[in-house]
Amino acid sequence: MDATALIGSLAEGAPGARVEQAPSVDGQPTVFVEPADLLAVLAFVRDAPTLRFSCLADLAAVDFWPREPRFELVYHLVSIDLGQRLRVKTRLAGSDAHVASAASLWPAADWLEREVWDLFGVVFDGHPDLRRLLMPEDWEGHPLRKDYPVQIRMTPRTSEPVQVTEAEFRANLQRDRLSRQ
Amino acid sequence: MPEAHPAPPPITDPASSLEIPVLTTTVEKMVQWARRSSIWPVTFGLACCAIEMMSMSASRYDIARFGAEVFRGSPRQSDLMIVAGRLSRKMAPPLRRIYDQMPEPKWVISMGACASIGGVFDNYALVQGVDQVVPVDVYVPGCPPRPESLIYGIVQLQRKIAQQKLA
Repeated sequence: MDATALIGSLAEGAPGARVEQAPSVDGQPTVFVEPADLLAVLAFVRDAPTLRFSCLADLAAVDFWPREPRFELVYHLVSIDLGQRLRVKTRLAGSDAHVASAASLWPAADWLEREVWDLFGVVFDGHPDLRRLLMPEDWEGHPLRKDYPVQIRMTPRTSEPVQVTEAEFRANLQRDRLSRQ
Repeated sequence: MPEAHPAPPPITDPASSLEIPVLTTTVEKMVQWARRSSIWPVTFGLACCAIEMMSMSASRYDIARFGAEVFRGSPRQSDLMIVAGRLSRKMAPPLRRIYDQMPEPKWVISMGACASIGGVFDNYALVQGVDQVVPVDVYVPGCPPRPESLIYGIVQLQRKIAQQKLA
């Protein structure tokens, strides 16, 4: 199936969705979707019996700073039943980068969206647990943004040794002994 | 029939009993010798340097010749930490924690350019030198260092241990 036929079926399955064909150097069907229509389009290509894109292979983000709209999300979908691949792209403004979470459609989107939020700061509305995935939990900023400084001079954070009193130590021993029985 | 060895004369004279093999030394030298001859490194491979570290402990380079052979999985049984590879900022607290769990006396070798000064990774994600996190005894240069370099570093550390006073 080529991109033109796919867009035709999208117009039937997800009426009102603003979808246009995107240039693709490798011939793989690629479409641009408006952020507001993204979840409807993704849900349709997953569930339509003629498409069955049951696998979210990857979710990537690109920062085109200083161009606006700044961010581009790329969903790589695979239809395992039909042997088809599809790229769905959407463009987000830098000032208000947020889009609906696809974690309800594919469980794989959970960690992929956490990674994108961690490194690019794109917010996924309705994500069950939007925490940092790769950077330390107390990190400030989103390092893969083009306007993020590459070199940061700061002393690394290290842990302090755990100090327990003798009473706490005995209580720990006792609890450990009980848990082994 | 071969001739039997003559039986040694019975030790009766106190002066002749001093001829039995005895070395005299000090407690300090004895302890230094024992410490430097059985350095047990903790397994702490972080990146590609760890491949060379494994090669150093394997049969071809065989660090057992220098008495530092047993890589331990537990910091509580280790004397030496070979920081082999680049240290990310997220990994710095676990590294310090493992170092704190090692019993005294303990030593640290910073292996390779990344562990020593950050190497080519001059960016926000990596610690620019593990000496910001733990005290380092020996720096081994290279990217990655060959196993011979690391063995040389361990021999340098053994020299250093041999000079450490007890008090």
